[in-house]
Amino acid sequence: MRITKFKGIFVSLVAVLILPAALPAQQSDQAPAAKPNPHIEAHVGDVTGHPDAGSDLYYRYCWGCHGARGNGDGENAPYLNPTPRNFVAGIFKCRSTPTGTLPTDDDLYHSIERGFYTTTMPSWITLTAQNRADLVAFIKTFSARWATDKAGEPIQIPPEPKLTVESIKHGKEVFQKMECWKCHGQEGRGDGPSAATLTDSFDQPIRPYDFAQGTRFKCGTTNQDLYKIFMTGLDGTPMPSFASVIKPEEAWDLVHYLRTLQVSHASPELALWKTTPEGAAFLAAEKVRNTPTGSGLAP
Amino acid sequence: MDWSKLINFRDRRSRAGSILFSALLLLFIALIDSSPARAIPAFARKYGMPCSSCHEAWPKLSPFGQQFKDNGFQMGNDRDAPIFQSPAYWPIAMRITPNWHLEHQDNVIVDQGSGLANVTTHGFDFGGLDILTEGTLAKNISFQLVPSSDETGAFHLEAVNVRFDNLLNSSWLNIKAGKFELDNLLSEKRILTLSANGSFYQNYHFQPWVAPGVASSSYAFGIGDNQVGLEWMGHSKNDRTRISASLLSATDGNPDFQSGTGLAASSAYEGFITASRAFQVGNLGLQRVGGFAYFGQATTFPKYTSGSVPINGTGAGNEPYYRAGFIGMWYLKKLDVTTMYFYGHDSVYLGTNTPSNAGSAGLPAGSHAPSWNGALFETHYTFNPQMIFVNRYELIRMSQQALDTNPGDLGNIDALTFGFRYYPFVSSRAGLAFHNEYSIVWQRKIVVSPTTGLPVDLTSSSLMFGLDFAF
Repeated sequence: MRITKFKGIFVSLVAVLILPAALPAQQSDQAPAAKPNPHIEAHVGDVTGHPDAGSDLYYRYCWGCHGARGNGDGENAPYLNPTPRNFVAGIFKCRSTPTGTLPTDDDLYHSIERGFYTTTMPSWITLTAQNRADLVAFIKTFSARWATDKAGEPIQIPPEPKLTVESIKHGKEVFQKMECWKCHGQEGRGDGPSAATLTDSFDQPIRPYDFAQGTRFKCGTTNQDLYKIFMTGLDGTPMPSFASVIKPEEAWDLVHYLRTLQVSHASPELALWKTTPEGAAFLAAEKVRNTPTGSGLAP
Repeated sequence: MDWSKLINFRDRRSRAGSILFSALLLLFIALIDSSPARAIPAFARKYGMPCSSCHEAWPKLSPFGQQFKDNGFQMGNDRDAPIFQSPAYWPIAMRITPNWHLEHQDNVIVDQGSGLANVTTHGFDFGGLDILTEGTLAKNISFQLVPSSDETGAFHLEAVNVRFDNLLNSSWLNIKAGKFELDNLLSEKRILTLSANGSFYQNYHFQPWVAPGVASSSYAFGIGDNQVGLEWMGHSKNDRTRISASLLSATDGNPDFQSGTGLAASSAYEGFITASRAFQVGNLGLQRVGGFAYFGQATTFPKYTSGSVPINGTGAGNEPYYRAGFIGMWYLKKLDVTTMYFYGHDSVYLGTNTPSNAGSAGLPAGSHAPSWNGALFETHYTFNPQMIFVNRYELIRMSQQALDTNPGDLGNIDALTFGFRYYPFVSSRAGLAFHNEYSIVWQRKIVVSPTTGLPVDLTSSSLMFGLDFAF
């Protein structure tokens, strides 16, 4: 009888110990997506990402915003602006590939690594390269596009020409000619006449990039990244691709000019522009000072 | 004897036990199946991220959580300043742990019988309350204010500090001032064990015994205690390399220059340095190795008294003590092992509770500066973000006793703790853990038997089942 009693307690204790471990993760009201397709991989350099491993990471770090099914409706999505990416739609802003195409694994990898400026998507640089590659592989399992389409070919970026005042001035002309000011404003503050009416492809209001406040871009920090942004467009947003209407050399001029609009970010372009009467007058009109957020312009 | 009554009693007791156990099991299952709560710890609410982002299993930080902390509680996307938050947002979270626990001690000195007894107590209880307010005052200026109470509701300020982050736009230049936790890689504030015997690291708080039955009372210090001072901390962008140095008041975190239980209040300063480096090994995870050293000093007599009461901050006769160690955090996918080597040394005056104003002539015969070695092995198996198993073994071995007359193993410690925490939901709003733990500590020869006068061991153990929650 004594043995039976202890056996009962032992079995019960084991049950209490095992039961929770055997339960599926109850991480949200939504059921997780079906088991990921193991044939979808991600290749970043010499690292191969696997969706199974990425799944564990996704349901640790990402589901709260991007949702258990990857459609961007995580429990915090209603409180976030901009809303989290909907991976099921298979539309991505930051690509090295032409508009309308899928991004490369590298593009997704660097997006995870970099995070997105002025959003709640942080940099996941603390994750290992393998972790990030695994996440890329898993993210690709959400959209059927990855099963039918291939990633686009990255656009060719010619070497950056020498920075000159003429280049900046020509870039300003391109800025006017392409009517970038309609959304971004003449001073690049994101306050153009169309700014208030813009929505993304999910009908969510969206604001144009404010060059004056910004020190980084959503899709990177370098001149090459800026070049890519307007030559590939930010799919899913009103920012189109200008690849068919701007020649590469004009594109570099535009890059140089756009840099001068970043008045709160020290750059060679801004330094050069300051030496011209036109640039000096523009900067004198801008009242650069520290705001409570630490940088930016007075309104 | 009426055996039928006894059998009936046993049957009834057995049946009652089964019913009670079944009821608890059902309650457990019911709680597991409950819907996720919608309240929130401060940072998860601010950033809308699940607690599993920053914690492998809260409160244990993940590498991402460590970087977030090192970056001044900032994600770094220019949305960290309070101006970007809803005005209704308040950076506050609370944590407390109602529980049932059993405490047992062998060789407790009592007035009855032989003077030594084994004492067992148990019952329902609750822990102290932590009110965690942390966040940013502006971009790259963060703060921490943690009023904390013991279980009676008596409050003290556990942490009060402001940190200037990323000065000169460099992650290597962060300055913090106030009361804060030392930059311990193995954080005692994030310990995964909560029982009376397991809620702290023995190595972090050990002070050698002067003699059997005579504890050191010359100063109070724990490397796991929050301290008051100034800290410089730097880290690489991806947090693989971390380094910090602190200048601290020698008060063990107490206000008004009060050194707690010391012989004299102190106005002395102390220092702490630590550095670590993480590296990737295959797909096992991030491995981290580091070292730390604490250089302390404590006064041994009051320079001034008023009505025989020492005037705070005027202690004299500073004597040194130090602690140093190496730590390794090894990840084997879901299993991680923390190993730590610890070395401690106290001045002979501190080790013998002797004021130093009389010089060496005032020391007891056969006295030495005590020193000791310690080690810690802590393993975690993170089954998933909802379940973590914890096991820890610590040992401390005296290498030099304070007095020649002491037994060689006086004060040696072995401590074993194991348990698991189950989180029935993972949300960005609140956290709940079913906390289950057993801890036992053996301390050698620290009790003197009232009858024989001989030193005997003290064994303490804790069994705890708790509901650890934060919102």
